[in-house]
Amino acid sequence: MIDVDVEERLGAFRLDVKFAVEAPIVGLFGRSGSGKTSVVNAIAGIGRPHRGRIRINGDVLFDSDRGIDVPPDRRRVGYVFQDALLFPHLDVESNLTYGQRLRSAAERVISQDRVVDLLGLANVLRRTPQTLSGGEKQRVAIGRALLAQPRILLMDEPLASLDVPRSVEILDYIERLRHELAIPIVFVSHSVAQITRLADTVVVLADGKCLAVGDVEDVMGRPDLRPATGRYEAGSIIDAEVVAHQAALGLTTLAFDGGELRVPELDVSVGKRLRVRIRARDVSLALTRPPDISILNVLPGSVASIDDDAGRIIDLTIAVGAARISARITRYSHNELRIEPGRNVFVLVKAVSFDQRSVGYAGAGHP
Amino acid sequence: MTPPTANEIQILALSLKVAGFSVLCSLPVAVLVAFALARFTFPGKTVVDAIVHLPLVLPPVVVGFALLVLFGKQGPIGSWLDRWFGIVLAFRWTGAALASAVMGFPLMVRAIRLSIEAIDRRLEVAARTLGASRLWVLFSITLPLALPGIVTGTLLSLARGLGEFGATITFVSNIPGETQTLPLAIYTFTQVPSGDAQALRLSVIAVVLSIVALATSEWLTRRALRLQSDDRR
Repeated sequence: MIDVDVEERLGAFRLDVKFAVEAPIVGLFGRSGSGKTSVVNAIAGIGRPHRGRIRINGDVLFDSDRGIDVPPDRRRVGYVFQDALLFPHLDVESNLTYGQRLRSAAERVISQDRVVDLLGLANVLRRTPQTLSGGEKQRVAIGRALLAQPRILLMDEPLASLDVPRSVEILDYIERLRHELAIPIVFVSHSVAQITRLADTVVVLADGKCLAVGDVEDVMGRPDLRPATGRYEAGSIIDAEVVAHQAALGLTTLAFDGGELRVPELDVSVGKRLRVRIRARDVSLALTRPPDISILNVLPGSVASIDDDAGRIIDLTIAVGAARISARITRYSHNELRIEPGRNVFVLVKAVSFDQRSVGYAGAGHP
Repeated sequence: MTPPTANEIQILALSLKVAGFSVLCSLPVAVLVAFALARFTFPGKTVVDAIVHLPLVLPPVVVGFALLVLFGKQGPIGSWLDRWFGIVLAFRWTGAALASAVMGFPLMVRAIRLSIEAIDRRLEVAARTLGASRLWVLFSITLPLALPGIVTGTLLSLARGLGEFGATITFVSNIPGETQTLPLAIYTFTQVPSGDAQALRLSVIAVVLSIVALATSEWLTRRALRLQSDDRR
């Protein structure tokens, strides 16, 4: 449980944030200047909030009323900074073990071998930070934070200084951490794609205030938060399992509560669980099963709810088995198909609308 | 040129002893002052900064005279040191070391301060979040990263100490075997009618010494930089 209630004044900027969340990965979302870094700094003990209380799993780290302000070195809060901040005078291995050396043997739950293996660092241990690529630096920074045996891991825009392939790589590693280690992660980002890919729960910040807290899809899809979340691609997340690969066809079949999905072939072994995101605008509807069609995924379902704000575009939620799939259609189509709650429809999703970014590895292990 | 005589070797050894001792004693103080000037704002900081830099701009004779007034046997600090610790600086080689330390101090502080100011302070914050106390951060992050500046400052101060003349001769006079360092010995030989040859021999020794000091400085700086960019094992 991460319980934050802080007030801080930094020049003209006022931070007044209060939230309590519990999730494997909490997304802290907001535009630059919304106060995200101030919040994680407060949790880490960098700078002192004007007033408030911070508790992690019941342990008080800061409480202005009771005069408690645990210094950063005794908070056991791992911090991965935007630009890695590796120690330039130490090699990779010494960087990794910097925090570990300061912990007693009893406190060393996460071993060096485990971290090296988990983050793929075996080949760079003897290198110096200056010779590493951006992605390698960030992996070492994550490993260094983990070996300090933190009770929580803060990541402040860890992908901001990386190119797209490196970002995807680091996202994969972060997802491995979620399943291999029982350490909650607070992931700070201004990117909707990263937040929806990783986070289970999201905290939306704007102008130093907390606008919303809740399940990622619920919060990010809310029309009233659009000024803060921006042009968010509404969609739905489905938990699925890899059931088969058809290498000859270049396809992978995923099963979920409500049917099967066929997606471009993935490098994930059969039996692994995945998080799949389907954008609402990639979903088409039909009243009958269309013949002779290139769309590979045709799923029978029924209209569960209609979000009609009297505009030209209407958001629908379709029940497909136990899963809920969002669809975004025009008012014209809505009228043509005579959509109403309970109406049986076929949900159409092109296989190519699943890209690498929308498929997350939710299972233990890695492809 | 014939090999150095016993007298020349004694002069050289004394010079090295005075300069080496002065650097050794002033280094911890210089690191402390440089750290304070680089990191903290405190009342009177400008005054401290000015006092530290004073020997750089004052005539060395003035510094030597000030030391004589303060640290002489009758001076306020000198008499106190004599009474309580039995330490006498005036007209002793330790006094020469003090004079050379004071003259080299601004150079040392300047170099160290610049290198501390160049350190990305977020590295220290990162170390704190990893469990390091303030003191451990100083020893494991700040000082190692300031090492090039510490090396440069030490050698600048050492070179300044080996060449120190004005403050030394004013404070501790020119006593062969006690306070007569290389520059003072050269000066003495130029004052006697047949001393030119001797002065020239000592000057050659001074030049060789300077070249060795410069080369060592280069080598140490490169080593310090390599510590930061290469594998250590």
